This record gives sequence, C-alpha cells and structure tokens, in this order.
Amino acid sequence: MTYEFLVASSIGVLVAAGIYLSLRARTFQVVLGLTLLSYAVNLFLFASGRLVLNRPPIWDKAVSEYTDPLPQALVLTAIVITFGMTAFVVILALRSFLETGSDHVDGDSVPCDDSDTEKGE
Amino acid sequence: MAYALTLYTLVALPFVAALLIALVHGASRGLHSGLAGAASTGGLALLAGLAAPVIGGEVPSATLSWVPALGLDLTLMVDPLGLMFAGLILGIGLLVVIFAHFYLYKGEDTGRFFASLMLFQGAMLGIVLAGNVLLLLVFWELTSLSSFLLIGFWQHKAEGRQGARMALAVTGGGGLALIGGMVLLGTVAGSFDLATILQRGAQVQASPHYPVILGLILLGCFTKSAQFPFHFWLPHAMAAPTPVSAYLHSATMVKAGVFLLARLWPVLSGTDLYTVIVTSVGLITMVFAAIVALFRHDLKSILAYSTISQLGLLVMLLGFSLEMAALAAVLHILNHAAFKAALFMAAGIVDHETGTRDIRRLGGLAKAMPVTAVIATLAAASMAGLPPLGGFISKEMMLYETPEVALFGLPWLVPVLATIGATFSVGYSLRLAWHLFFGEPRDPEPFARAHDPATGMWAPSALLTVLAVLLGLMPMLLAAPLVGAVTGAVIGGAAPEFDLALWHGVNLALILSTIAVAGGALMLWRHAALLRAWESVSHRDAKRMFDAVLGFADTWVRKAIIAVHTPSLQRMLFATVAVIVALIIDGALAGGGAFTGTRPGITASPPAIMAWALLIAATAAVVNDSRQRFRVLIYVSVIGLVVSLAFVRFSAPDLALTQISVEVVTILLLLLALNLLPKAPPVLSSTPRKWRDGALAVVGGVLVGGVSWAMLTREPGASISAYHLANSKPGGGGTNVVNVILVDFRAFDTLGEIIVLGIAGLAIYALLYSTARGSAGARLRSWQEDMPHSPERHPMMFVMASRIALPLTLTVGIYLFLRGHNQPGGGFIAALVIAIAFLLQYLAAGYDWTDTRRRFGEHQMIGWGVLTAMATGLGALAFGANFLTSTFGYFYLPLIGKFELASAMLFDTGVFLTVFGAVMLTLAQLSHIAQRAARAHAEAQASLAAQEDAS
Repeated sequence: MTYEFLVASSIGVLVAAGIYLSLRARTFQVVLGLTLLSYAVNLFLFASGRLVLNRPPIWDKAVSEYTDPLPQALVLTAIVITFGMTAFVVILALRSFLETGSDHVDGDSVPCDDSDTEKGE
Repeated sequence: MAYALTLYTLVALPFVAALLIALVHGASRGLHSGLAGAASTGGLALLAGLAAPVIGGEVPSATLSWVPALGLDLTLMVDPLGLMFAGLILGIGLLVVIFAHFYLYKGEDTGRFFASLMLFQGAMLGIVLAGNVLLLLVFWELTSLSSFLLIGFWQHKAEGRQGARMALAVTGGGGLALIGGMVLLGTVAGSFDLATILQRGAQVQASPHYPVILGLILLGCFTKSAQFPFHFWLPHAMAAPTPVSAYLHSATMVKAGVFLLARLWPVLSGTDLYTVIVTSVGLITMVFAAIVALFRHDLKSILAYSTISQLGLLVMLLGFSLEMAALAAVLHILNHAAFKAALFMAAGIVDHETGTRDIRRLGGLAKAMPVTAVIATLAAASMAGLPPLGGFISKEMMLYETPEVALFGLPWLVPVLATIGATFSVGYSLRLAWHLFFGEPRDPEPFARAHDPATGMWAPSALLTVLAVLLGLMPMLLAAPLVGAVTGAVIGGAAPEFDLALWHGVNLALILSTIAVAGGALMLWRHAALLRAWESVSHRDAKRMFDAVLGFADTWVRKAIIAVHTPSLQRMLFATVAVIVALIIDGALAGGGAFTGTRPGITASPPAIMAWALLIAATAAVVNDSRQRFRVLIYVSVIGLVVSLAFVRFSAPDLALTQISVEVVTILLLLLALNLLPKAPPVLSSTPRKWRDGALAVVGGVLVGGVSWAMLTREPGASISAYHLANSKPGGGGTNVVNVILVDFRAFDTLGEIIVLGIAGLAIYALLYSTARGSAGARLRSWQEDMPHSPERHPMMFVMASRIALPLTLTVGIYLFLRGHNQPGGGFIAALVIAIAFLLQYLAAGYDWTDTRRRFGEHQMIGWGVLTAMATGLGALAFGANFLTSTFGYFYLPLIGKFELASAMLFDTGVFLTVFGAVMLTLAQLSHIAQRAARAHAEAQASLAAQEDAS
C-alpha cells in the first residue's frame, strides 16, 4: 500500500461522508458535513504539491531538494479561513435555532411542500 | 472645441441647480424656484449665444473621452434640431417654474419638486444635445427615472404612485428595447458617434439587422411618445401636479420619442417597412386618441388624449418619409408645444381656482375668469387648427401631404383617416373651450369660487398663447428661418423650398380642413347625443389590461423562480453536488489517458496504515452516529488529528501546527454551540432519501478520490515554487519558505484573508450580540439545561493547572511567533496557540472570572491587526517600493548577539492580532451567551423553588 493510495482514499471517504452529511436536514449535521469536506479539500490542495517525506520547506545550505511550499502556504490560510467559515455557519445555525425554535436547515420543522415526502433530517 | 465650455455648462446647469436645491431643501419656496428659474434662464442665455452660428450652419460640438473601450464619449453637439428642442425645454421649463411657484399649495415640499424638475430638465437637455448614441441612452433612462419622481410627486395619492409606476414600466421597458436597438445600430454603423451614424444611413439600411434595429428603436420611441398601443400610461400620468403635466406632456418627455424619430430620420426612414409601420401607428394613434378625447370629462384627461393624438400626427408625418412632411412635423412641434403647455396651465388654473377638473361641473367660466378664458380659448382654437392661428398652418400642411402616401396601396386611406382625426380634434378642442367657458354654469358651487388667478400664474400661459397666435399671423418672420434650418438638420441636407402662410388658395388641403372644421362644429352641437352613443358601448380599460399583464407576469415569474430555486437548502445542495459530479465525469471522459500515472509511489509504513484505518473508521462513525452529537465531536477530532499527522509525515510542519491548534478551537466552538442546540434530534428521515443522498455521496467520493489518485500518481507540472525556494532567504530574509510566502511573496492574499476572518468575527459578534432581544432572547431565557453537570463546576486541579499553564503557553506562542520566519511557526499559529491559552482560562475558571480580568478588546485587536498589516504594506510605498514589499536587516545587541528584524515581522503581527481577535471574539461571545442562558435558567429554578416553599 502506498501513501498515495492512503491519501487518495481518505480524501474520497471524507468527501463522500461530507456530501452525505451536508445533505441532511439538521444544521449541526450540515456543519459536520462542511467540516469533513473542508478536511478533504485542504488535503487535496495540499496533495497537489505531491507527497514528499522528510523534506520540509525550511531552507538550508546543505539541502537542495524540498517539498513544494506553495500549496502549504495556501492550505495554511485555508485552514484558518475554514475555522472562520465553520464558526460563522455554527453561529448562524445557532441564531436561526434561537429565532425559530427549529434546527431544520430550511428554518422550520415541517416539510416545505407536500410533494416532499420526507419529514426532516 | 471653442464651444466646449458653453456646451458642458449648458447641460450641467440643471443638474447643478438640482443639487443646490436639494441641499437647501428646507429653505423657502422662493429660493427653490429662484434657483430653478436662474438655471433655466442661464441655459437660455447660453443657448441664445449659440443660436446665430447654429442657424448659420455651424454645428458646435465638444468631446470628452469617457469609456473609450465601449465607444462611449461625452460628446455634445448643437445642430438646429437640438437647438429647437433645447429652446423648448429651457423656455417652457422657465415658464413652468414660474407657474409652479404660484401653483403649488402651501406646505408642499417645493425643494423636492424643483430638484426633480431640474433633474428632468437636465436629462432632457442631455437627450437633445447628445452627440453619442450611448450617452443619449444614459440621458434617456434618466428622463424615465426623473419623470417617475415627478409624476409620483404627490406620494400620498395612490393614483399618483400607480401612474408613476406605470409610466416607468412602459417607458423604462421601451428604454430597454431602445438600448438594444441603439447598440445594434452603432455596431452596424461602426461607430456610436451620432454625426458618423447619420452619414451611414445607406449602410444601416442595407444591413440584414435593419428590421431588428428599426423595431427596437421604434419600440423605444413609441413607448416614450405614448403611441398606440402603449398610449395608456399618459392619461394615468395626469395624476401628477399640473405644472409637471404641462412640462412633461407638452414639450419634453413625450416629445423625446418624436425627437429621436426626427434625429434618426436620415438613418432609418425611407424604407417601405419604416413608412408602413410608423405611418400606420401614428395614424391609428391620432384617430383613436382624438375620438377618446371627445368623450373624456376630466380636463387633464381630455388634454392627455389630445396630446396622444397630436403625437400620433407628428409620428405619422415623420413616417411619410417625405421632406415636406418632415417640415410640417417640425412646425407642428413648435405649435403643439406652445398651445398644449398653455392649455395644461389653463387647466391647472381652472382646477386651482374652482376646485374641480370635471368639465361636467363647469361652464360659463368666461364671466368669472375672463383672462383665463381668452388664453385657453385661443390656445384651443390653435389646437383645433382654426385660422388665423399657428395650428391651422401645420394642419394644412399635414393634410396637403396626405395624398402623397398610399398606405397599403390605397391612395385614399391616409387622407380620409387624417381628415377624420382632424375632425375629432376640432370637436374636442371646441368642446373643451365651449363647455368650459361658455354657456350656463352647470354647478353653482365651483362657479361661485371661480376667479382669475394672480398675474404670475396666468402670465406664462398667456405668453405661450401669444406665441401660438403669432405663429399663425407671421409664420415666415417668426418661424421660417428656424423651421428651415431644423428641417435641414432632420433630413440631413438642405430644406425644401417652402412658404408658410395662412392662404395658399383653394386646394385639397383647404377642402379637407373645411370639412374637418364643419364636422367638428357639428360634433360640439350634437355632443350630448354622441356621448350617449359612446357610453352605451363598453370600452376596454387599458389600465386593467396592464394590471392583468403585470399580474400574469408576476405569477409566472414567481412560479419559474420556485421551479428553479426551491426554498430548500437540501434540494439546492443536492442539485449543486449533482452538477459538480456530472462535471467531473464529463472532464474525466473528455480527458482520456490512463487512470494511474507513472510517478512511483512511496510504500506506506504500518503506523501510517493504522492512522488511515482510524480516519476511515472515525469518518464512518461520524456518519453513522451523527445524532449522538457529543460523541460525534470526538470522532471529528480524531479525523483532525490524523490529518495533522499526515501533514507531519508529508513534510509540512507549519500545516500540522496550524491544523492541530485549529482543531482545538473548532471543537471548543462546536461544544459551546452544542450546549445551546438540541443534542439528539429525533430521526425523521425517509429511507429513499437516505439512499439517494448516499448514492450521490458515494459517487462523489469515488470520483474525487479517483481524481486525487490520478493527480498523485503523476509528476507535477512546472510551478513557481522553485522561485519561492530560491528567493526566500536572499529576497525575503527567512528560511521558512511557507511563512515567507505568507507574509512576503503572497502577502496581499494573506491581507485579504485576515480581513475576511476579521469580518467573519465581527459578523459573528453581531449575530450573537442581538440574541438577547426578540424571540431569540425569549427562547434563550427559557433555555433548559439538558446535560448533567458535574457537581464541582470548576475543579480546583483544572483551575490551578490552567493558571500555571498560561504563562508557559504564552511563552510557547511568542516563541512560535518569533521564530516563524525561519522555523515552523508564525502569526497564524502563534495566534491560535495563545487563543487556546486564554480559552483554557474561560473553561477552567468560568466566563465571569476570566472576563473581569480581561484587559483587551477583541474588536480593537481585529481592527488594529488589519491596520498594522496594511500600514506595513503602505510603509513600503514611502520607500518607493511596491505595496507590501518587505525589507529586513541584521542587528547586533550586546549579550543577545546578532539577530534579524524584517518588516514582514510587523505584517505577521497584524496577522497575529486579527486571528487572535477573531477567534477570541467568537468563542468568548458564544460562551457569554451560554452563560447568560445558564444564569437565567438558574434564576428560574430558584424562583420556582421559592414559590414551592411559600406554598
């Protein structure tokens, strides 16, 4: 088993779980789904620099080979921004729950129209 | 360019006046009307200076480049056509300002009125003086908007608001068509410069786009000039104050369409298509509106329909595509402006002094208001086309031209219909004057009140009526030079030979004219019988039809929106994900090539495989157990931990540090939020939907995983990373390339990112700050603690340990910050670590204890952070470098030795402050809310217990 396979399959599993959860009806599950998707996206962006062992992008006279620093810089800010986004969505969900008394993503606990047979979650 | 200043001043004057009036809008009516009058007078003076050269054949113009990429230049030009219209706009504008000064009632918002009026005047001047068709469109739209303000000036009246909205919908909608037509015209002609376009008539008419251009432009003209079937907005616009009607509907707004037809005459006219459409629309409008006008009872409504009819006449004349007909149109524009403005003002006077505009309640007013009677009767006679007034000459010329046009191959059609229209014109004009001023008063009450108004109120209409009379008595002296020059400008060549006179001998036109006058007199005589006949037939109400169309559009637009945009996040997200999945499949199929690339893989170590299995298991657990929310948070943190480990393994120490600290903060956030959210909501999901979503999720996961695999097994393309690695130390002064990229190479991105983060923090604060109020506040106060609490709220060991840990953690944070330029660390990571140190205090010792010891404001930190980062960037400008260029140097201090200082460090301080502020603001506020809810809960419990004790 190669690291490449491990990373690729992890990304795939995280994406699948993220999509499934973000399609749920409760705000908290959607937040969880977005969190998992964010892991996947950050890993994917990071992986675009390819997987390299033991060559951190810390410049040294004696070293000539490094891993790609650019995806790392992008992902670093992405991780922090992910926190900002998650926090915002969580607070939005909380506020919406406090305003309406329901944590359904569409703001109410009843289905939005009759053709929709499912009742939440 | 000698005239540039004059031209720009001319167009700018009304706008400046509008601005000034708006600025002093609380001042007296005299100041408002004075400013408006001064602007109009000033404009007239400037125009007078241009009149001699323009009539002499010169075309003063000026150009300023505005948006050259679009071909939009600020070009103004005055040719005789523009001169005539500008004169009407300013001249009648001045008279309307005087009239309105006396007309408006006490306590009305004169500032708003005159400011809107001047805005409109400026827009109209812009239309007639624009030398670039795109500029013309800008002003065209501006007239629609400013006329909306004027028509709806009496905002408290429903019909005013509805009339304004209808006018805007119709003229604005036509304006959209006009934009399309003009842009197409400019594209076909190869220029948006008006003078150039006018030269290229043949080129435009030969183009296959000509019918489309013609249709769209005519749509704009016909809606603006209230031509059938778009005429209905004009009568409803009569809800406006009378000065507005006098201005907009005599000489300006509705004439804009006629103006544009005349303006583009050389380009558009002459084809069969043009002649048939324009002539028949004009003819139908003229006859139809004249018939309706005969049977209206509201003075302004009669005038509105007569205006529609007269506009139809003008459109028809221009549609003939004959030079003499164009000349007749030009003359009639002058006549109509004079008599119609006078009549509107007279109607306003009658309304003002009797309290009613219903012609059935008026009559015999000549005795009570003789001055008004003389003015209005003369103006009405000119409208009827009776000799020796101006209207007679232009109507004669019109009738003279009618046999020249054989519409649909029928040479008699146009003369017969035109004569019918003229007959009804005579009818409604005579009826207006006769029923208003002669005979017996029909209602004693308004008659008793009636009297002539102050001189200032009747003088403007008197002046216009004198003009209407003189245009008949000495047309050659008064109008011929202007009319000749204007006609030349319209047809784009020399005007034909003409002789304006009352008597041309006995010819067909005179016979038709006599028939019309006789017929009109007959209609006045038998008006009561005709009215009965008219009223016995039911008529379609255009307003109701308009409302029905609007309602229809409204319903279907709503349905369409609901069809494509269900108010359900689940469905929208499903659709979005499905589209993305489809795009990936499409890309994969189109790309071709092998699934697995040639890059050799790295064999994974057993611990790594275990970590991977842990991640997969945790992910599965999150999905499977997503209702057990606290437990799920543990699974999520396991995932985060494995991701951090992956970063460590794959040579990304900075990322690992960031991920692990963000992980802590995120879990804290979710814990705090979950405290207030439902912990384990009931399962209500339907199985089919779960399967459907699950299928989509699996497909999406397999695809993205496959894409990752395909990417990871291929060699990367050439990237700019080599540059960053090579220049990090010599150019940025740091060995941690990731940090140097963040604070130096791509510092602008980072600046944007911390600003976004700061905004998110402030938005969260705003969302939480206001939860105390309204239904959210009530729900928060009635919040029930649903989790078992430890009896010891703040365990001593934890409190003490966290206090000891604080200075240590701070030291670690500062260390990470300081070494960040050369070793893993930096502003982002340090901020998160230090935030965790403080959050630990909140956790251990409680919100209140910690909050009272807090010495910094998170809002200010966000602000100062962004400002510091920006100031660092701007500092580079002071040294002549680009924004955000960094510099560094090495310094020696005794004891410490050699050390490095980089300006990027200052930037990183900004990053640190913003991130720290945003994180703290979010979490501290959230725990504050939770604290408040818990306290309310405790108080409620206590009072409940007290009540039980008492009973």
